[in-house]
This record gives sequence, C-alpha cells and structure tokens, in this order.
Amino acid sequence: MTPEGRAWVRENILLGQSVRDYLRSLVTPWNLVGAAIVAVGLPVIIARFIWGLGATTNLSNTNPWGIWLGFDMFFGVAIATGGFAMVVGVYILGRTEYKPMVRPAILTGFLGYALAVFGLAIDLGRPWRLPYPLFVSMGTASVMFLVAEHLFLYITIQFLEFLPAAVEWLRLRAVRAWLHRIHIGAVILGSVLVMGHQSALGALFLLMPTRLHPLWYSPYLPYLFFASCVAGGIAMLVVESLVSHKVFGHKLSHNDHETIDRLTLGLGKAAMFALFAYLGLKLLSIAHGMSWNHIFTGWGAWWAVEIVAGIALPSVLFLLGIWRESATLVRWGSVVTVLGLLLNRMNVAVIALNWNLPDRYVPSWMEIAVSATLVVFGVWIFRWIVNRMPILNRLPEFPDHD
Amino acid sequence: MTTNTTNTSCDKSVSRKDFLRLMFLGGAAAAATPLLPGTASAAPRIELHKDTLAVLIDLSRCIGCRSCEAACNEANHLGNHPAEYESDKVFDEIRRTDATHFTVVNKRIPAEGAAPVFVKNQCMHCSEPACVSACPARAFEKNINGAVTYNPDVCIGCRYCMQACTFAMPAYEYDSAFDPRVRKCEMCFHNIDKQGAPACASICPQDAIVFGRREVLIEEARKRLEKDAGYVKHIFGEKELGGTSVLYISRVPFDQIGFPTNLPLEPMPKATYGFLSTIPVLHITLPVLLAGIYSVTRRRDDARAEDDHE
Ligand code: SF4
Ligand code: SF4
Repeated sequence: MTPEGRAWVRENILLGQSVRDYLRSLVTPWNLVGAAIVAVGLPVIIARFIWGLGATTNLSNTNPWGIWLGFDMFFGVAIATGGFAMVVGVYILGRTEYKPMVRPAILTGFLGYALAVFGLAIDLGRPWRLPYPLFVSMGTASVMFLVAEHLFLYITIQFLEFLPAAVEWLRLRAVRAWLHRIHIGAVILGSVLVMGHQSALGALFLLMPTRLHPLWYSPYLPYLFFASCVAGGIAMLVVESLVSHKVFGHKLSHNDHETIDRLTLGLGKAAMFALFAYLGLKLLSIAHGMSWNHIFTGWGAWWAVEIVAGIALPSVLFLLGIWRESATLVRWGSVVTVLGLLLNRMNVAVIALNWNLPDRYVPSWMEIAVSATLVVFGVWIFRWIVNRMPILNRLPEFPDHD
Repeated sequence: MTTNTTNTSCDKSVSRKDFLRLMFLGGAAAAATPLLPGTASAAPRIELHKDTLAVLIDLSRCIGCRSCEAACNEANHLGNHPAEYESDKVFDEIRRTDATHFTVVNKRIPAEGAAPVFVKNQCMHCSEPACVSACPARAFEKNINGAVTYNPDVCIGCRYCMQACTFAMPAYEYDSAFDPRVRKCEMCFHNIDKQGAPACASICPQDAIVFGRREVLIEEARKRLEKDAGYVKHIFGEKELGGTSVLYISRVPFDQIGFPTNLPLEPMPKATYGFLSTIPVLHITLPVLLAGIYSVTRRRDDARAEDDHE
C-alpha cells in the first residue's frame, strides 16, 4: 500500500488511530455484550441454512410465522418509517429546522429496512428465490407481492437517499452533484412507496378474519398499520437522537441542548397527532367489527394492555410534555410508543394470530438469538457509519444545501 | 433540486421552471407506477366452471376405518409405514394435516355420551382460494376441474399460503433445508385421469366419499337431506367462502364436530380487492399532490429567503 493509501485508511477507517489503538478502542463492555450475542446468533444462522427451519425454530404447520417475521420484519420495517417522515417534513413541507436530523433518520430507516430483509432471507424457506416474485413468477393479485415490490423499490430509494453521506465521505464530487439532482424525485417516489407497503403489510392480514383474533382483525388494518408506523417511526427518531446525543455528543457541534429539546418537542407533537389518529381508528375498528363482547375475556385484557399502555399512555406523556415544554416527557412518551408498536406488531403477526387453534407458538432460544444478533448488527453498522461519514455533522467542503 | 436556494436573487424564474419539472416528475412517477405489476385493480375472478369436479363426504357413513388415509399415503408416495393406518391409537387426539398426511380422519365426540363422528379433513379446494390469492410467486393454481394445485418450482417459502388458508390445511417441510415444499391434498390432480377418482374416494368401503361433477353432487346431497330428516339441513361447502370443491353432509350439527361456523359466504380474497384497487389511485394522485405541496413550500421559502436578503 502506498503511504497515501495508508494515511487514507488511517484517517477514514481507523478514525486516525493506529491499527493496534483502533482495535484496543473496540474493547468496551457494550461491545463485549454485543460480541457475546453475535457469537451465539451467527452459528444459529449458519445452522438454519444447513439443517433447515425445523431444526432451529419452533414454527409449526399451524403457526408458520414467528418472531423472525413478527419482530424483524413487521416491527423492524415499522420503526424504520422515521426516514420517510423526516424527508417529507423537511423537503415537502419545508420544516427546514429539522434538517440536522434528516441524515440520521435516513440511516436508521435504511438500516431498519436492510436488516428486515436480512431477517426475511433467514426466514424464507428458499431465500435464494427472493427475486422470483419480482421477476420470474409474479403473483400480481397477491398483497404479499405488493409488499415485495414496494419494499424492493423503496430500499433502492433509501439507498440513494443515504448515498450522499457516503460519497461525501469518499469525496466523490460528481456523484454528489448527480444525487443532488435526483433528490426530490427520490423523496416523492419514496413517500408513495412507503404508504404503499406499510399499509400493504397490514393488508396481508385481511385474508385471515377466521385466524386473527376479532379484536385485532379489522378491514382498517392497512390504515392502522400506516398510522401506527408513522407514530412509531417518529418516536424512534426521538429515541435515536437521545441515544446519539449521549454516544456521539462530541460530533453534534451545531446541535446544542436547547435546539435538540425544541426539535424533540416538535417531533413529539407530530408523533402525538399520529397516535391520536391511530387510537381513533383502532376504537372505530372495534366498534365497526362489533367486537366489544371480546373485551371481557383474557384476550380482551391483553388487548387493553396494548391500547392503554401502548397508545393511551404515550399520548398522555406527549400531551403533558408539550404542555409543560418538557423534552424529557416527550422522550419517555417516545420510548413507550416504540414499545407499544412492538407489542402491536407482535400481537397481529404472531400472538393473536391462530388464537383459536390448538398449538401455541413460543420462539426457541435460537430464534431469539438470531433476532438479537440482527439488532446488534444494526447498532454496530450505525455506529461504524456515524463515526466516519457526515451523518450527524457536515464536512466543511460539503456544506448543507439540499 | 437546485443548489442555490438561498441565492434567490438570480432564481426568480426557477420556481416556475421547477414547478413544471416537478409536475413532469410527478406525472412520470404516476405514469410509471401503473405499469408495475401488482397494481392489479381487477384481481382475477374464478367463476365456478360447470364441469368443476368435487368430492362429497357423507359423515354419517364414515366408520373411521382410515383406508382413505392409507390410500392417500400410497397414491402420493408420502412414505409412511402402512402399519400406521391399522392402529386406532391415533384417535386419542385431534390431528391436523402435515407434510406427510394430506388427509386425516379425526374422532369427534359431539356431546357427553353421544356416539362419535369421524370427520375426514383435507384441503377444501375452495373455488376462489385464499392460498392462490396469497401467493406472491403464483405457486398455487385453481384448475378448471376444481383442484387447487401447487408448483414447488417457483415457491419462495414465505408460508403466507399456510397462514392465509381459512382451514389451516397446507403444511410445510420444515426439516428440509434445501428444497422445502408446501404440502397439501391436490385432489390427486396428477393421476386423476388414470385413476378416475382421487385415491380416497376410490377406496372408501362405505361410499362415504364420492367424486363427480360438483353440480351433480350437490343434487345428490340435496336428495339425501330430503329423504332423511335425520340429516342437518346444510351442505357444508356449497356456499361457504363462495363454494368449495369438497362438500360435507352430516347428521350432527357441524359446529359440534369441529367445523368453523359463520364462515363468510364471500370468497376470502374479496377482502383484499378493495385495498388492492386503492393502490393505483395512490400511485397516481400522491406524487402529484406531493409535488404540488413541494412547489408551494419552495416558493414560500424562496420568498422568505429573499426577504432575509433585502
Ligand atoms: S382449503 Fe386452504 S389450501 Fe385448500 S384451496 Fe382452500 S385456501 Fe387453499
Ligand atoms: S410459501 Fe410458497 S406457495 Fe406458499 S405463498 Fe409463499 S411462495 Fe406461495
């Protein structure tokens, strides 16, 4: 390697340290926890491809979907909506004060989607045929096909939206200029695709009125999924900016506490309205389905937990937070919103599905290990990129001008 | 879009140009999306063909001998040991179909002390099946003769078909890492010409399973219900989910022997048609709407920036 090359690697990959110092800097308690999880999960992923789903999962003929779909796919894709909410807010609605949050939002979104697809590839019986529905044997009347098509296109768009940070890091001026030109087109097309596939994920369950518990089944499922993913996606941005601020605080030169609190309050307001819409739709769907008689059963109690703890509680936290101008309350509200979204997706895709059929599904430890591994990968990739590319900060030679 | 939004002094004319360009972009996106497959506004409808074949199962005739299970094992090369079909032990619990059992006979006790009823279950061969509409890879097919068949060569293994089936019939080869298939009864589609009837219908010693044209079988079922007041006045599968190609009649109410009650009479896929048809509308209107909002926002920002300048 030439001396220039070595210098480049040192500066851009090793964060200005020698190889030894860099490696030493990786040995932290949290990294050890992560490494322990990956050390369990990675062999399981390999085992799944050698011995099949039967050897690694608790899936059955009655419960063919487990946490690799419920958590990795349905929840992962839902909390990744923040990227969409942010670009619409900043570029379409012109809320330019949120610009500093656009890049982290896009990165979170992109990684969320990419990992969801990775999880899907582990879950599919024949992942090597992933392109079949798109190019070989298209089931155009299938909602699942719609999901696949929109996801595929949207991940491409998100990659394009993420790319500016990468090419600035690599100082590729020409590519940067070109990306700049297609930017707004990508934003618009991406928004359409998000609405399409987020609602389609809910529409997948429209075929299952006899298998999904009546408290969760509703003809409104597509709209419930969309409203909740917007609320959850925005809440995830708050959570993520909270963590970023703690971990990467030194990078946020232009983001003082006050600005961050103000933006957090703004995001809280947006998330709150989305939650209100979601709660309204949710109650309407019960009234519409006349499912009140299920409320006083065990399932009803579980449903109430989701509604009260997952939607009503964060709504109140947001409301109080905005009223008292307390960013802390909004942050709590956001954490609870994300957990509530997790509960909802797990309920619809796993727990309340096949509720009246005899065998119940409980994930195997191997399934949990793989899902946890994907989360660790997500955190690691996020951190690797943020430490190198202009995500939270801007490079002097590429001022902020999109 | 344009790089110098803050230098609006020379940008006056841009906003109109931009607006047009955006309209073009929006229009292009709108025009392109309907070309994407999957925006099918009219999902295929399968009208029941008059020659549709079907199976009529008279539960009052079944004695639980399970020769149909054994015949299915042989005809479909499911690989189970024949001895499995000799023992009555299996009746101790309610079984479901799995990758090597396309049909199962269960012993159902309708009420305390009542005589048991043997119920044979398998794919219902719905006339407009949820599994067919679920599959993103078109692996399932409803054939003109009534059978719903599966093609493992295009299946990606998402198992949506299994989740979508109202009767939870399709099963999966979870133990296969390299070519797992969805497995279910195909009405002996592939050798029905040779055999003249599905294996189970050919073998039944009690004539509890008869095979023929659906119309004819419904006539036959009606006749039996009329002649004998002991039958429940209902042909299960005649109207459920828009009709199925497996029909049941019984002397014991269906809800007491494990049949789902209150099934919609509409075919299941209909539940998705409304949603599927909103997608092209979304594809056309949304880009234009967003582009419109964007241009308004842009103009406002430009004007504001200009104010700041002056
Ligand atoms: S019973 Fe299930 S597998 Fe059989 S045709 Fe109907 S939906 Fe498909
Ligand atoms: S598992 Fe195979 S047959 Fe079933 S829906 Fe998925 S691709 Fe289609």
